[in-house]
Amino acid sequence: MNTWIAIGVTALGCYAVKLAGLLVPAHTVERPYVRRLAALLPVALLAALTAQQTFADGHALVLDARAAGLGAAAVALVLRAPFLLVVAAAVVVTAGVRAVGG
Amino acid sequence: MDQTAEGADKPDSAVVRDALGVGVAVGLSGFAFGVTSAGSGLGLLQTCALSLLVFTGASQFALVGALAAGGNPFTAAAGAFFLGVRNAFYGLRLSQLLALPRALRPFAAQWVIDETTAVTLAQPTRRPARLGFTVTGLSLYLLWNLTTLLGALGARAIGDTRAWGLDAAGPAVFLALLAPMLKTVTERAVAALAVLLGLGLLPVLPVGVPVLVAALAAPLALFVEGRRRDGTRQEEQAGSEEDR
Repeated sequence: MNTWIAIGVTALGCYAVKLAGLLVPAHTVERPYVRRLAALLPVALLAALTAQQTFADGHALVLDARAAGLGAAAVALVLRAPFLLVVAAAVVVTAGVRAVGG
Repeated sequence: MDQTAEGADKPDSAVVRDALGVGVAVGLSGFAFGVTSAGSGLGLLQTCALSLLVFTGASQFALVGALAAGGNPFTAAAGAFFLGVRNAFYGLRLSQLLALPRALRPFAAQWVIDETTAVTLAQPTRRPARLGFTVTGLSLYLLWNLTTLLGALGARAIGDTRAWGLDAAGPAVFLALLAPMLKTVTERAVAALAVLLGLGLLPVLPVGVPVLVAALAAPLALFVEGRRRDGTRQEEQAGSEEDR
């Protein structure tokens, strides 16, 4: 039930902001500070989420095969690999490290 | 005027090719979401509902990640929502470019995401912009939902998704979305501070809350940026007064 609540709230919220962007007259949200904040918020959230999903297990910080996988993804990004290849690199390396007992 | 506009138009085939390229490549990564979501313990129906109704990748990954970690539904949804806020700013740009009839906007809204915006902004005039938005939106929506379903079914079939390294797909997707945003010192500082807050507070705060606190790195960086600008201005004034 909790999961359905989360899905419902997220779906409504995400749809509402999409629609708001199309309906609201541009000048009301075009203040430089608001624009700048909207560009920086995803940076903060994505960075925190990447770190947590790589180094966290519940409330504990851990270093496991996922870190090697993320490293591989970072290398793929530096080499300008396409999106799917970046994800594939992370998955393959993580599985590989686990297979050899990491 | 009309003739110059026509001359600047890209051929429809080129627009469709670009749009399909983006739609197919990103659409296929719905598979990673389906697998991640099912591996996080969400049901088939719940996983598919997210792709159909939320349809903004980063928010979906964030939500299932937070739920898997045991977060309460509202903090989990709050993180996903904040990630989706950028779509409002895409909508502002798109509504000027596409000039959609008001009746059509509620339907077009669901397709206002990173990829459709990128394709639309790359077009020289309104006609290819509308075509690019429609083709990218349609191909991405169809494929993303189809591959979500296949991924969720696949995750059930293969059993332990961790043994296959599939729990690394989520963070890799986040990193791929984040990397092109890290252009300036401010953006890198925000990312670094957010990582420190997100990991540092993880052991002490309820699940989902550290990510929301980490979001404060954004207004904090803007505050510091503003202070530094004021500071240099004042120093310059003080310096010129000492000279006298």
